[in-house]
Amino acid sequence: MAVEVESTRPVIAEDGRRVDELVVNIGPSHPSTHGVCRIITHLDGEVIVKAEPVIGYLHRGIEKMAENRTYLQVVPLTDRLDYVGSMYANWAYCRAVERLAEIRVPERAEYIRVIVCELQRIASHMMGVGSSGADTGAATAFIWAFEVRERIVDLFDELCGSRLTYNYVRPGGVSMDLPDGWIEKCREVVKWAPERLLELDALFFGNFIAGERMKGIGVLSEADAIAWGASGPTARGSGVLFDIRKNDPYSVYPRLDFRIPVGENGDCFDRSRVKLLEAIESCHIIEQALDQIEPGPVMTAGLPRLLRPRAGDAYDHIESARGSLGVYLVSDGSPRPYRMKVRSPAFCNLQLLGKLAPGHTVSDLVVILGSLDPVFGEVDR
Amino acid sequence: MTRVEGESGLEYLRRKLCSVYPDLCPLFSIEYADGVLLVPREALHGAAVNLKALGFERFGFVTAVDRGEYFELVCRLQSAEFGAGLFLKAEIPRDDAVSDSFTDLWPAADWHEREVYDLFGIEFTGHPDMRRILLPDDWVGHPLRKDYHDDSVIPRPDYI
Amino acid sequence: MTWLLSGALFGLAAGTAIALAALFGVWWERKVAGRMQMRFGPQQAGPAGILQTLADTVKLVLKEDVTPNAADPRIFRMAPLLVFTPIALSLLLIPVVTGWAPLDSSVGILLFLAVPSASVIGVLLGGWSSGNTFGTLGGLRGAAQMISYEIPRTLSVMALVVVAGSMRPAVVMGAWRWWWLPLFAVAFVIFLIASIAEMNRGPFDLPDAESELVAGYFADYTGIRWAIFMMSEYGGMLATGLFGAAVFLGGTNGLPGVLGALVLLVKAIGIVTAVVWIKWTFPRFRQDQLMKLAWKVLTPIALVQLLVAGAVAVLWLR
Repeated sequence: MAVEVESTRPVIAEDGRRVDELVVNIGPSHPSTHGVCRIITHLDGEVIVKAEPVIGYLHRGIEKMAENRTYLQVVPLTDRLDYVGSMYANWAYCRAVERLAEIRVPERAEYIRVIVCELQRIASHMMGVGSSGADTGAATAFIWAFEVRERIVDLFDELCGSRLTYNYVRPGGVSMDLPDGWIEKCREVVKWAPERLLELDALFFGNFIAGERMKGIGVLSEADAIAWGASGPTARGSGVLFDIRKNDPYSVYPRLDFRIPVGENGDCFDRSRVKLLEAIESCHIIEQALDQIEPGPVMTAGLPRLLRPRAGDAYDHIESARGSLGVYLVSDGSPRPYRMKVRSPAFCNLQLLGKLAPGHTVSDLVVILGSLDPVFGEVDR
Repeated sequence: MTRVEGESGLEYLRRKLCSVYPDLCPLFSIEYADGVLLVPREALHGAAVNLKALGFERFGFVTAVDRGEYFELVCRLQSAEFGAGLFLKAEIPRDDAVSDSFTDLWPAADWHEREVYDLFGIEFTGHPDMRRILLPDDWVGHPLRKDYHDDSVIPRPDYI
Repeated sequence: MTWLLSGALFGLAAGTAIALAALFGVWWERKVAGRMQMRFGPQQAGPAGILQTLADTVKLVLKEDVTPNAADPRIFRMAPLLVFTPIALSLLLIPVVTGWAPLDSSVGILLFLAVPSASVIGVLLGGWSSGNTFGTLGGLRGAAQMISYEIPRTLSVMALVVVAGSMRPAVVMGAWRWWWLPLFAVAFVIFLIASIAEMNRGPFDLPDAESELVAGYFADYTGIRWAIFMMSEYGGMLATGLFGAAVFLGGTNGLPGVLGALVLLVKAIGIVTAVVWIKWTFPRFRQDQLMKLAWKVLTPIALVQLLVAGAVAVLWLR
């Protein structure tokens, strides 16, 4: 059963009164759409006193497995980290490899990487906003968000044959060039998406009930966001203006013109709305990239099959949909990584659940978890 | 002290570090466009305090690398002011795998340190809740160590 | 013994009415919701998917009848019927033809508002008899919600009764004038919102959706017992639609026989569509927000509406 009442324990509250605290286990599998996370909540009546997420249910030992594979063979493993955003998970790893092996990626490949990463960002944010909708009961908002995601995933299907785990971005470039007509199709999707996203904004975020369910819930202050290592929409919802694409630019982002949406109050509403606004900005980025892209090679010429980077270490990070996703690679000169560490933003953001939940009710807990938007492939690795 | 025109973030960092904390200066190096501060284990927490005061308000991650005779504890710090990240490294002896916790400086270090404990066995003194995070509580061993073996580990075939 | 016979006949009529209501209601909801979400809804079973509900009902009937171990078996089995029967009866009180209701009564409006509230007992017992703490809590919450929303619902309809001067639904329908539309617009909206909350539907379905986190009051019901809960929901929806169309929107508009009934039916389907539309557009309220809405917003407005209606009745009509 998804929910078990473990015990009732009497505790002495701060003001000296005896409280019968109910310990409820919200089990690893429950119908809220966020993945395998177990939350042990201590309730005082309806109000949460302590919420402790227990993770590790999706721990597959990806970092250990990477030590036994060549650098190219690790790329499919990274797909399965943030499986909602395989493109940028691949890209973070490839950037670390390229930094370590000092590979220069051709320009067309960089543009393609930016295009697919931004498309992936839109798709991932649609998953995040859609699940916020599903959590609060707005099923139509969920389906509308997924319509946008479907069109993008269809584009990816045509590009690399897969809808979820793409294995497309490889060290040195991308695995294959864009098929004929793909650019036109992409342009169509990106032209159509912003008005649909604005309609979704009006449908869900403009609704006063969604405001009541999400405003003022799970408020994270700016200072706390920085101290607790939050990144991505979770931090930007609190007003932290930090986006790796602007603060530490990489790839061809310096040539593209875009803005970073930032929230004010740091509540669930702002965190979710920032995602939607970012998705709209991504549409503009993709349009510019499609205009600027030139024909050329998509993979570095002369790259050996078995990459043997220099002995040493390297870290590189990108702005994924969840925050700053980084990969730290240690090499000993052999064809296999000596150590791969993935700094996943969902892992860092999920710590906040224990901080944000107390004081709210159990219905709010799901909304807060949704606004933090964890993907457990990334959290547990 | 502010950044000089044309100076990279790391150069500016070196300049500021050397002027404010001169004893850390010889331990700082720039390798392949990454700043690395290699400190002895006892000085790790002190160096972290200094770096936080210097402007490293963001905690990236802390992890370890099994180097055989010792663990290399790697901590990544980020700063918006310098526009660059910094590796803070220390060597932890294998038979005395203990280090100071960073959680009093950056609350973000909480789960990272638990993960290092879980997968490597390095304990962090001063951590509020030092227990396993990813593996079940009754797991024996620390998988990311190079000498870890259990029945599910398949030895790599030689032909690759 | 004629009362026994007529009782059985009425029971049969009520059961048929609610079954047809559910059959049509589920299909209509799935089609409307589908179109709102840019998809088609049921298409395969029968023309335009109209036999889909029948197929689903057959499947539900064929399922295993499971009673949880910790449940109180007799009450567990009885509770769905306690929810279902009052709503089925209330369907008979509505004047579907000008001047005639299957169960005509001089206090028909009072009966229509009061009889379905007996289903609160069914909700409570269903939750409690499931044998788990959260079922009980879900049942308590559902019951509290339903009781709270009775008051604005009743007050809004009382405004009409005051102006019409009678509690017989057929008379109220006959007394309808075009200027009742603007006068009772607020009452109609309150009636609609309160009825949606009564049925634990739409933005007010936290007790059921609470089953995402904790077990709701009918989470342990499977197969045909769950179908009975669903039938009561759709029967209630149609009852709301028919009653609202009859007294607030003019009903049959004086047209005779089948023509009048069709006009009423079309208006009722309009209201049902609005209810479906509301459910699929809005997120759901949290329990405390829901109760606040009933007591602090709807009830005062309904009282004001009642005062206005009373003033109109005294100053202009008498």
